Amino acid sequence: MIEVSNIEKSFDGTPVLKGISCVFETGKCNLLLGGSGTGKSVLLQCIVGLMKPDIGSITFDGTIYTNSKVDIRQEIRRKIGMLFQGSALFDSMTVAQNVEFPLQMLTPEMTPEERRDRVEFCLKRVGLENAGNKMPAEISGGMKKRVGIARAIAPQCTYLFCDEPNSGLDPATSIKIDQLIHEITHEYDITTVIVTHDMNSVIEIGEHIIFLHQGKKLWDGTKEEILNATVPELRDFIFSSSLVRAAKRIDDETEGGIAAFAEEGDAGAGI
Amino acid sequence: MVTRTESFRVLWNRTMEEAMLIGVDSIVIVSIVSAFIGAVTCVQIAYNLTNPLIPQSTIGFMVREMTILELAPTITSIVLAGKVGSSIAGGLGTMRITEQVSALEVMGINSTSYLVLPRIIAALLMFPLLVILAMMLSMVGGFLAGTLTGVMTSQDYIEGIRTDFIPYNILFALIKAVVFAFLVSGISAFKGYYTTGGALEVGAASTGAVTNSIIAILLADFALAALLL
Repeated sequence: MIEVSNIEKSFDGTPVLKGISCVFETGKCNLLLGGSGTGKSVLLQCIVGLMKPDIGSITFDGTIYTNSKVDIRQEIRRKIGMLFQGSALFDSMTVAQNVEFPLQMLTPEMTPEERRDRVEFCLKRVGLENAGNKMPAEISGGMKKRVGIARAIAPQCTYLFCDEPNSGLDPATSIKIDQLIHEITHEYDITTVIVTHDMNSVIEIGEHIIFLHQGKKLWDGTKEEILNATVPELRDFIFSSSLVRAAKRIDDETEGGIAAFAEEGDAGAGI
Repeated sequence: MVTRTESFRVLWNRTMEEAMLIGVDSIVIVSIVSAFIGAVTCVQIAYNLTNPLIPQSTIGFMVREMTILELAPTITSIVLAGKVGSSIAGGLGTMRITEQVSALEVMGINSTSYLVLPRIIAALLMFPLLVILAMMLSMVGGFLAGTLTGVMTSQDYIEGIRTDFIPYNILFALIKAVVFAFLVSGISAFKGYYTTGGALEVGAASTGAVTNSIIAILLADFALAALLL
């Protein structure tokens, strides 16, 4: 479980995060939802330690991360896996070497055979068992995301962070990536935090959603609750999509049909 | 960068990788440049030495002094500033803007010790070796140019390069090589590592790395000559 307490962050005097507090629960897909420029990615970077918040604290399973000693921060960082928006694969390494890299660096006690087995397992888990020898430049955007996920889970991470995992992908591939993240979260009981502004992801895998607007947390809840939320900024955001407007109309007409729609999303995630 | 490094094995492997890129991959260009510098130096000195009272062996002597003291370390380092400096800045800059540096940090890896320190150590090791190669090839280039064009005999040239040899000059050239290596790798790594923006900024970082490195080499060249000679 990750607890974020009263985080504030400014750039050149312009406040970007304004006292955000929230909890990301273990074994759930926690979504940070909001429009562009609302501070989602900045909050994510503060949580993983790529940025230092001005005020506030972040706790990983009871261990304070912000302002703690380097050793403690390193220990927590080694439990973190992250999928970047552009995948951030090392372009001088093959797919298999990318997945093996954190194992080489973080688990020197593993033998080369054990590492190779783990790489094969992770690549198979994301459906890329035949792409190990390819270079990142030779694979598609969706495959890069899957390699990024394989690299993140290779050292058996406890916390998985995904920065807009669907950006630049077609809807079908986006759903596959969402489902993969959902499955991995439940399979390994990890704490997953996903930054997104994609309502399809919300309906597909949003087990705990936190809505940010202009640097403030305005709402949190589940995907079943989000369509009936009364916060005007959230309603403006979610109903800007015609797909969600249609879903809401079905919900109203069928008295709870959206719940079935959401359950269908859950069922799809298990495929 | 040096207080929280990765394990010695990782640092060694990374340094050897970078040494291959900085050193071995630069052998051809350094060889070509230094051989021609030696050849041109020999021919131009011969052109200017018209006094019959000055022995022909002086040409070999002057080629040796000029290449060891100045041309081999300085010109080689300027060439390497262009080749290695732009490579370091471009590589690190690209890694920065594509979030590869952030990926390392998130994994708990100290990105400066993993990416920057091996490059600096590799440059410190490789620059002196390349300068030694450049010294030798410059004198060989001078020998070939002098003898093949007929401006002097091989005996005169060899006599000249063996006259009044001062071993300290070699040490001075190697000190210069080490200082220039640190300047080129340090400036280029700084420019690349702190790149922000996109592809345009990576190009600007590479250009800045080369120009700043060359200026730093020339300033350091003067300072070292004033201090150590």
